[in-house]
Amino acid sequence: MTRDRKIEAAVGLFVVIGLAALLMLAVRVGNLTLQTDYGSYRVTARFENIGGLKVRAPVSMSGIRIGQVVGLGFDPETYEAIATLEIDGRFARVPADSSASIFTAGLLGEQYVSISPGVDEEFLAAGDEIGLTQSAMILERLIGRFLFDKASAGDGD
Amino acid sequence: MEAFAWLGRRVLDWVEVLGRGTVFLARVLAGLPGAAARVRDLVRQIGRVGAESMVLILVSGLFVGMVLGLQGYNMLVRFGAEESLGLAVALALVRELGPVVSALLYAGRAGSALAAEIGLMKTTEQLAAMGMMAVDPLHRVVAPRFLAGIIAVPLLAAMFSAVGVLGGQFVGVGLLGVDDGAFWSQMQAGVDLRDDIANGIVKSVVFGVVVTWISLFQGHDAVPTSEGVSRATTRSVVWSSLAVFGLDFVLTSLMFND
Amino acid sequence: MPGGAGPLVLVEGLSFQRGSRTVFDSLDISMAKGEITAVLGPSGVGKTTLLKLIGGELRPDRGRVVVGGDEVHRLSRSRLYAMRRRMGVLFQAGALFTDLDVFDNVAFPLREHTRLSEELIRNIVLLKLEAVGLRNARHLWPRELSGGMARRVALARAIALDPEIVLYDEPLAGQDPISAGMLVALMRQLNDSLGLTSIVVTHDVEEIAGIADTMHVLSGGRCIASGPPEEIRGSAEPSVRQFIQGLPDGPVPFHFPGPPIAEDLLGMAAGGPAAAARA
Repeated sequence: MTRDRKIEAAVGLFVVIGLAALLMLAVRVGNLTLQTDYGSYRVTARFENIGGLKVRAPVSMSGIRIGQVVGLGFDPETYEAIATLEIDGRFARVPADSSASIFTAGLLGEQYVSISPGVDEEFLAAGDEIGLTQSAMILERLIGRFLFDKASAGDGD
Repeated sequence: MEAFAWLGRRVLDWVEVLGRGTVFLARVLAGLPGAAARVRDLVRQIGRVGAESMVLILVSGLFVGMVLGLQGYNMLVRFGAEESLGLAVALALVRELGPVVSALLYAGRAGSALAAEIGLMKTTEQLAAMGMMAVDPLHRVVAPRFLAGIIAVPLLAAMFSAVGVLGGQFVGVGLLGVDDGAFWSQMQAGVDLRDDIANGIVKSVVFGVVVTWISLFQGHDAVPTSEGVSRATTRSVVWSSLAVFGLDFVLTSLMFND
Repeated sequence: MPGGAGPLVLVEGLSFQRGSRTVFDSLDISMAKGEITAVLGPSGVGKTTLLKLIGGELRPDRGRVVVGGDEVHRLSRSRLYAMRRRMGVLFQAGALFTDLDVFDNVAFPLREHTRLSEELIRNIVLLKLEAVGLRNARHLWPRELSGGMARRVALARAIALDPEIVLYDEPLAGQDPISAGMLVALMRQLNDSLGLTSIVVTHDVEEIAGIADTMHVLSGGRCIASGPPEEIRGSAEPSVRQFIQGLPDGPVPFHFPGPPIAEDLLGMAAGGPAAAARA
């Protein structure tokens, strides 16, 4: 029976290591949070142009991730893009006059929504809309404007 | 004309094998509850297909992860995005390399052994003897091995990916100087639990089913001679590998096409 | 009817084809209860196939096999398995399970089909092994056994569930005279002491003639002679005599059937058009 014992021990080890690997993938790689769920609330923000923003892109404040983009829509009357942001319940105290901007992580990295806190005593609640927004920086447009400015500066001389 | 006739025969043969394989699978599936109840035998089979493949998987995963770290760094550093190394390594492993490479290694290490074992049991009439003792060999012999494969492969794939991420971290953070915090935080921000990790696990379960099925069927379908068993062993690896690549394409396009 | 108890196994009008080769062509054999029936025939005549047909592993093209009143190939899967429980089979090389030791091999059918306590199973296994003289080899693995020992273990396994019928597939093939003699004596002894019905397919005429009650000689897919050993031995029938006496050529041809050699050799030159037409 010692042979069986050895096999059982090996299989036990195998299963433990396998489950540990799964756990590591879930928690360390996939960021499964085992903390208490504080719930979340959704707010919207209108942007003139969202550039390459995608669903699931992070929403951060002061560089800390506080939520993610859960929906992207389009307002056919104003021709604006509407981003729905899901913000973690832990970050319930976001001032109502905060502004949202779309930034790029690194020069060519993923785009994300950054929220700069305002000074209001009231806080954002579910269903609110962030009034102040700044659209994505479109690299081509920046370059174009830069060249245009240069050219018109040259004309002025 | 000859060529057409030959092609036609090959296609007919192939369809026939597929039919036999499906009937085989159905009978094995019917034996799964019984196999699950025989814990001792199941544990032994998991030991043979899983635990004995573990070292191979861990070592391979570590090296693949280290290579990914190196290559990914060289690529990303050109765009100044080496901070995303963790994300690149983790996505490559969790979505593709973990399930695919571990399934291929499993096919070579355990699948071929299963085909040879079942083929030899057939050749030495052990399966027939069992049948004549009124015990269905597909339930008693094949089903526990099948179940063991389904349990073992996802665990092996998870080990492969986890060790690979550590290998990537070792090269990226330890040797090439990527910031450790950025490595992990970019990874955690970019890897989705359901879309990436759960789908990767689904892939490895599918591969486990298919590779184990093909291997066991090839063994059971072997011509009962030494040559027949050797052919069955080869075929089990060839067909398993092709099936893994083909299915990987199908599953990837179903899962990650958004 | 020798033995007197009536047939337990009845083969009627059995025809079986393997590919394009006819193995049996309307074969009739009856095997009496309590007897040792030997089915003789040269290699390749389909003796093993006959056992597989009796055990329900193969399906005949025509004809029927009746075992103890049940028509084998009409039984449902579960009834077939129930019938097989009344049958023990000794395969050619023993077919022991290589991942179980001797004890567990013999215990296998008991554990599968009964709910006996481990203690009781142990007693039965030891008794069965004692009957074949291998009680003290119970801790060995199949790879450690000689061919004759492996067959004796397989025999112990075949009788573990106290079957009514034991089928032997070439039990003597490749055995030295001592171990063949031992097996033959064992077969007779078990048959009589356990009240079995034994069916032996073999080509070892001399060995089996010593213990068989009835012998059947197969040739060309038919049974060409049946009767007690003395009668078969004294048969004047040329094809029976050829087999019994081991003559190299006779009614059972030395050559595999086909066109005569002259056609094959000369046909290459003369039969050009014919060969082309065949292709």
